[in-house]
Amino acid sequence: MNGNTPVLALQGVSKRFGPVQALSEVDFEIHEGEVVALVGDNGAGKSTMVKTIAGIHTADEGQILFEGSEVKISGPTDATRLGIATVYQDLALCDNLDVVENLYLGRERVGDGPASVTRSLDETAMEKRTHELLERLAVTITDVRAEVGTMSGGQRQQVAIARSLLGDPKVVLLDEPTAALGVRQTAMVLGLIKRLREEGHGVLVISHNLADVFEVANRIFVLRLGRPAGYFAVGEASQEQIVAAITGAEFGRAGNGQPEHEEEEER
Amino acid sequence: MSATGGGAVAAKPEVETAPARMDLVRRFIQGDLAELRVVLVLAVIWVIFYVQEDRFLSSVNLTNLVLQATAVGLVAVGVVLVLLLGEIDLSVGAVSGLCASIMAVLSVKHGWSPYLAIAAAVLCGTAIGLFQGSVFTRFGIPSFVVTLAGLLAWPGAQLKVLGETGTVNINDPKITGLVSTFYSDAVGWIFALLAIGAFAAVTLLGRQRRLRAGLTAPPLATLLIRVGLVAVVVLVAIWVLNDDRGLPLAVLILLGFVVLFAYVTRRTQFGRHIYAVGGNAEAARRAGIHVQRVRVAVFMIASTMAAIGGIMAASRLLAVNQSSGAGDFLLLAIAAPVIAGTSLFGGRGSVWHALLGALVIQSISNGMDLLGLETSVKFMVTGAVLLAAVVVDAITRRQRQAAGRV
Repeated sequence: MNGNTPVLALQGVSKRFGPVQALSEVDFEIHEGEVVALVGDNGAGKSTMVKTIAGIHTADEGQILFEGSEVKISGPTDATRLGIATVYQDLALCDNLDVVENLYLGRERVGDGPASVTRSLDETAMEKRTHELLERLAVTITDVRAEVGTMSGGQRQQVAIARSLLGDPKVVLLDEPTAALGVRQTAMVLGLIKRLREEGHGVLVISHNLADVFEVANRIFVLRLGRPAGYFAVGEASQEQIVAAITGAEFGRAGNGQPEHEEEEER
Repeated sequence: MSATGGGAVAAKPEVETAPARMDLVRRFIQGDLAELRVVLVLAVIWVIFYVQEDRFLSSVNLTNLVLQATAVGLVAVGVVLVLLLGEIDLSVGAVSGLCASIMAVLSVKHGWSPYLAIAAAVLCGTAIGLFQGSVFTRFGIPSFVVTLAGLLAWPGAQLKVLGETGTVNINDPKITGLVSTFYSDAVGWIFALLAIGAFAAVTLLGRQRRLRAGLTAPPLATLLIRVGLVAVVVLVAIWVLNDDRGLPLAVLILLGFVVLFAYVTRRTQFGRHIYAVGGNAEAARRAGIHVQRVRVAVFMIASTMAAIGGIMAASRLLAVNQSSGAGDFLLLAIAAPVIAGTSLFGGRGSVWHALLGALVIQSISNGMDLLGLETSVKFMVTGAVLLAAVVVDAITRRQRQAAGRV
C-alpha cells in the first residue's frame, strides 16, 4: 500500500432513516498510520457513519472503498473480514471472564490433535499471546487472569481496544474511548491510540473532547447535520475553527451550512 | 476430579502468586471461595448431626447418603449449566419422572432390553430439552415460563405412559443394578489410586506446560498440598465405602458425569461460550458466538441429565410411580448448586457445585430422617437452608459490586 491510496474511503455515502436524513453525501478518507477524529454535535451523524463503516447499517447511496477497491459491507462480519475493527462505547466485555478469555471471546484457540476434536482450549497459547499483545501495546495490566469486572474504566477500554487488534485489522473505529474516564485513564487510552498509529493502523476516533482530539489526531473530520462540515489538519486549525464548524457559526465563510436549520434551532 | 483440579491450576495461577494471603477474607466475602464455604458448611452439618446421633457418620449411613445424593446430583449437573446461562429450568423434576417412566414401561411392559430402554429414555430427555430450548430461543419467551409449562405438562405425559396401574415395579437386574452394584475393596483402592494419580498428573503437567511457555505458575509446594488434600479425601471416602458394601457403581456414574461436564465447561470452547452468554449475552453475540445455539444445547443437556437422574432414582426405588420426579425433587436439584455457590444471576458457578450441594442437601435430609423429625420440619429446614444460600449469593454479589466488580 503506498501512502497515496487511502486504506478506507467513503464516496457520496448517504443514509436515511425514514424521514431523517442521517448522512448525506459524505466523502471521507483515512490512510494507514493516521488518526482521524470524527467530531460533531449530538445527532450530527457520527455514530451512523461509524456504524455504516462497521456494517451495522448499510449505506443507501454512495460507495465504500477499501484499499482502493469498492467493497460491499452488508454486515459486521463483512467489516471484520476486511480488516475493520470497531470498539463500541459499551465495550461489549464479559465482566465474569478474565482478560485472556475476553480477548479471545468468539475466536478461542483450540489445541491440536485430540483437543481439536473435543474443541479443548489451548489456554497457554492464548495467555502467552495476550501477554505479547499487551506488552506490545504497553498496556499495564499485571494480572491477565483477573476478571475484567474488577478493572478500572481505562483498563477495560484498553482490553476492548486490544481485543479489536487481535485480528490484525487495517482500520480501527473507536466510539468515544475517553468518555467517562479520569485524567490519568484518559492519558493511558490516548497513549494506546498513538501506539496504534505507530503500528500503521488507520484509527477513526469519535470524540466530544477537543483537547483529546488535538492531542491525538492527525486530522479532524467534522460532521454537521449529516453533512461533512470540514476536514482539518490538526496543525493548521484552531480549536475555535473546529467549534465553529461543529456549530455552523462559521465566520468569514458563507453558504456552507444550512441557514434554515439554524433558524429553526434558534427558535 | 482431575479435570477441574487441573483447570483451576491452568486458569487461575495468580490465586497463589498474588500477595493475596491477607485479602483471603475479602475474597471469601466476595464469593470467590465458594467451594471452601460449602465444605465448611458440610462439615458443620455433619458435626451437628453426629453430636445428636452418632450413627450419622457410620459407614452404612454415609454410603446410603451418597446413594441418595446421586439422583439429585446428576440432575443438578444439568441445572448448573442452565444457571450459568442465567436461565432456569423448572421442568427437570418432571422430565426425570417422565423419562424414568418411559424406561420402566419399555423394559417391564414391552420387554425391551435394559440398554435400549435406558437409551430411549435418555433420548426422550434430550428431545424434550431440544423442544423447550427451541421454544425459549425462537419466541424469546423467558425460560422460566417455558419450563413452567413443561413442569405442568410432562407429569401429564407421565400419567399417560404409566397407564392405569400407576406403579411399575422394575425387575430387570441391569437397571436395578445401577444403584445396587458395589465393587470389591480391591477395586475401590485401585480406583482411588488411579483418581489420585490422574489428578496429580493433570495438575503437575499443567504447571509444566505453563512454565515451558514462559508463563507464571503456582509454586510446586501449593500444588503438592492440593494433590495431598485430594488424595486424603479420596482415600478416606474409599475407606468409608469399603467399610460398608464397597464402592458403588452409582458413585462412579455421578463422578463420571461431574468430571465430564467440569471438563466441558472449563476446558472447551463450548464451555467458554456458556460462561460468556451468562456473563453478557450481547457481548457474546457481537463476538460471533451463536448465542441461541449455545442456549438450546444447554437446555438439551439439562433435560438429558434430568432423564439420567430420573433413571437412577427409579433404580434406587426399584419402581416408578405417578409421583416419580414430583415433590421436592425439582427444588432440591436447583437448590443444590445454589447452596454450593453457583449464582442465580448467571456466569458464575461450577459443575462441582452440583456434587457438593447435593451432598449438603442430602446430609440435611438424611440427618433429619435419622433423628426422626417430622416431614413438616424437614421441609421448613430445607427451605430455610435454600433461602440462606440465596441470600448469601445476593450478598456476595453486592459485595463484589461494592468493590467495583460486577
